[in-house]
Amino acid sequence: MEKQPRILYCHCAYSKIIPPAVKSEVLEKLACSGVSFEALPDLCEMSARRDPKLKELAGSGSLKILACYPRAVQGLFLAAGSPLAEGQAEILNMRTGTAEELLLPVLASGEAR
Amino acid sequence: MIPRVILYEGPGSEPLPVAERAGLLRLLLERGYAVSCVRDSLPAESRDSAMAVLARGNAPFPSIDLTEDRSAEQTLAALEAIRNQMQISPVGAHKPWFPVIDFSRCTNCMQCLSFCLFDVYGVSTEGKIEVRNQNNCKTDCPACSRVCPDVAIMFPKYQHSPINGEQISADDVRREAMKVDISALLGGDIYQALRDRSAKAKSRFSKERDDERALKERQNCLLKLKDLDIPPEVLASLPSPDEIRAKAEAAMARAQEAMATRK
Repeated sequence: MEKQPRILYCHCAYSKIIPPAVKSEVLEKLACSGVSFEALPDLCEMSARRDPKLKELAGSGSLKILACYPRAVQGLFLAAGSPLAEGQAEILNMRTGTAEELLLPVLASGEAR
Repeated sequence: MIPRVILYEGPGSEPLPVAERAGLLRLLLERGYAVSCVRDSLPAESRDSAMAVLARGNAPFPSIDLTEDRSAEQTLAALEAIRNQMQISPVGAHKPWFPVIDFSRCTNCMQCLSFCLFDVYGVSTEGKIEVRNQNNCKTDCPACSRVCPDVAIMFPKYQHSPINGEQISADDVRREAMKVDISALLGGDIYQALRDRSAKAKSRFSKERDDERALKERQNCLLKLKDLDIPPEVLASLPSPDEIRAKAEAAMARAQEAMATRK
């Protein structure tokens, strides 16, 4: 059976660059969707601390990441010493998208781990 | 490592009501906890790497029981006690702010290394530019990204494009190519400008030493760089002209050495 992509949500807890309404709606909908997911307080902070969780995630196959600009997210993983492989992750940008359009490809992929 | 907990709602446990789950999640994230929301079986290695497991009902392993009468704040207090006991440092003391290099664009020109006055950058053993001292970076200061000729430095928490990591447009590249060189902005290089100001100011300061005035001098000099969006507190914390000279020389030497090694 094909492994379902893991879902990552970044709360960007220490700044207001992601519209709070989008962040809140995405989190709420994820929480009531019945899927398993990883909720990270702040990807920047985890990258700065080279948190081992990022290495584990980068090494675990297909990912759907709800965070900010793809270039920034890839850079943050790389800076943490856990680069994402090409095509490994679909990165959805909460700085520009609406909760509805962001969650469509995430929840459409079926129940993630 | 940041504190991580598991919110287990798999076999044996009782799922939380939606509003309660979302409220608890939001509170934990705001306080810097990573939360793995698990709806199916939970491997032992996953359990072991977490600080605690939260569950309601009969989870098949030790967990903090989220009984109905326990509020999210009480759960947080219990976790804080465990975190203290395990000596995991608290997070969120300040906004994480540091440059992230886009190596697909970086040409290793070392301009950032030469420019940054706070030793944020270094050179790896392979002679490649790297962000070495993230904590030295001044919150909200994106100046080094503005002097990067290849638009290769991002600050993910910055407001505007392309420094925030947005895809780079042809316009951005053109703008960078046309960008007035930082040294041209000051009619020399930034360090030379600071040295000149320092020399002019020295005679005055020798007659009348005034720290406040000295600070103003440095600020005035750097006001010319206001387009770089350097926050006032960063300007105020700049090293003295002598220190700047020493830093600039050391950085230049490191950059030249790294570039020579790569040739």
